[in-house]
Amino acid sequence: MALLETRGLTAHYGDFQALFGVDIHLDEGETVAIIGANGAGKTTLMRSITGVLRGEPEQIRHNGTGIGHLMPDMIMKRGIVMVPEGRRLFPSLTVEENLLIGGQHKGGRDLGDRIDSILSRFTGGPDPMEVVSGNDGTGVWTLDTVYDLFPILKERRHTPSTALSGGQQQMVAIGRALMSNPSVLLCDEISLGLAPVIIRDIYAALPRIRAGGTSVVVVEQDIGQALKVADRVYCMMEGRVTLEGRPDEISRDDVHAAYFGAPA
Amino acid sequence: MIWIETIVQGVLLGGLYALFAAGLSLVFGIMRLVNLAHGDLIVMGAYLILVVVSVSGLNPFFAALVAAPFMFTVGWILQRAVLNRTLGEDILPPLLVTFGLSVVIQNTLLEGFTADSQRLSMGPLETASVNVGPITMGTLPILTFGSAIVVILVLNWIFYRTAIGRAFRATSDDPVTASLMGIRPDRVFATAMGLALVVVTIAALYLGTRSNFDPYVGPARLIYAFEAVIIGGLGSLWGTLAGGIIIGVAQTLGAAINPEWQILAGHVAFLIVLLVRPRGLFPRAFD
Repeated sequence: MALLETRGLTAHYGDFQALFGVDIHLDEGETVAIIGANGAGKTTLMRSITGVLRGEPEQIRHNGTGIGHLMPDMIMKRGIVMVPEGRRLFPSLTVEENLLIGGQHKGGRDLGDRIDSILSRFTGGPDPMEVVSGNDGTGVWTLDTVYDLFPILKERRHTPSTALSGGQQQMVAIGRALMSNPSVLLCDEISLGLAPVIIRDIYAALPRIRAGGTSVVVVEQDIGQALKVADRVYCMMEGRVTLEGRPDEISRDDVHAAYFGAPA
Repeated sequence: MIWIETIVQGVLLGGLYALFAAGLSLVFGIMRLVNLAHGDLIVMGAYLILVVVSVSGLNPFFAALVAAPFMFTVGWILQRAVLNRTLGEDILPPLLVTFGLSVVIQNTLLEGFTADSQRLSMGPLETASVNVGPITMGTLPILTFGSAIVVILVLNWIFYRTAIGRAFRATSDDPVTASLMGIRPDRVFATAMGLALVVVTIAALYLGTRSNFDPYVGPARLIYAFEAVIIGGLGSLWGTLAGGIIIGVAQTLGAAINPEWQILAGHVAFLIVLLVRPRGLFPRAFD
């Protein structure tokens, strides 16, 4: 059973259809890269998996359970966490507060879930007490281990997050996601707008993240970077998966054709 | 010396206006909701305290303690059941719905309690005063001002030192990303409204003990609260206290010159601040 999979996933923005039957899967301990040009549907795929766009339950499965209809907070509490495109740090919070908030609502079921569980009997929505499970939020990642991974953040922990450089902000965004000890980490365009040397530093953290028991999906426009870190690669174009394979199995021409829709 | 005493009275009155405004400021700061029923909720709180006092015979201070959890629940349910549905890109629905709520509260109170003026009795405390040097200050106004300071200190502590405060600020910054961090914006907003109605209960205590109230006095209190919030800078609690003090001092100075000028002087002070600092005295950095 795959840790996370999508089956014939579709997604719409109003009348516009953005995904046309996407099938991907992520096994435990794997790193999967999703590459594709602007508008290929990569970010829409991430938004669907994290519950920002909701659809049919069975189109997305986590540990064998359909989760396509769940709200983002329920998905997060199941252990699927995203580093969003553009980092999206909270400007009113310091570096440390941004990290803390990532671990604040992890796993478990809180008072709000208990109240909503009772309300769900009347409203007919998903019962959070049933769907929020499978991840207790404990693991290697704490404030100390995140600071150990990105030491610069410890020095700047009381700084407002807006005062950091782009690379440091990306480190906070990754640390914030790790604080909940996710089983699946989704990284949406984490190299976008960063200098190559910074991208290298950030990707250098990936092996330690995997060693902590987290499986990773990286969404990238940078094909070279994606092929370097991934166990398997999916290429998307116009809302469909056009190529799947191991980096050593697929040729440059395959990638070119799948990425641009025409042979090199 | 009469002028110093007048200014001191104004500062203390500002504490009352800050209490009226703190709940409004809290709600606006977290969810950008302009609650036109805020004044009526204060009046509702005063009637609730009155009911507790007449049923149990408790002192109004203790009655407010009994009323506060009830008001928290009212705020929580109101937000979850009604107001969350109005929040979004369009700012008109929350205005219309809270305006409607204001009418509903006024008429419900009128049905239940008639249009007669009511008052919460504090006994001898109402007329007690303290002398500080040559200046005489009423004990109740000092208590009001002290309560305003405590309310703002506690709210700031919640905002900047607790997990729920972090969730308030994060949700206010970016509800979508907050939900990716496991936060449910609708629950955070409900908790914030509950907290605002606890502050409303404290405001109601002093509204009811310092003056008469009837079902229709809410909107007038709302105006002072709005002015205090806007003078202070939207979302800043200490700014709201400063705003309350400016209105309070302007009103007592106006009244000292000519009793008819009391209300007008407060509004004029508000307009002057609005002309000089359109974003208020202490605007937030991110807006």
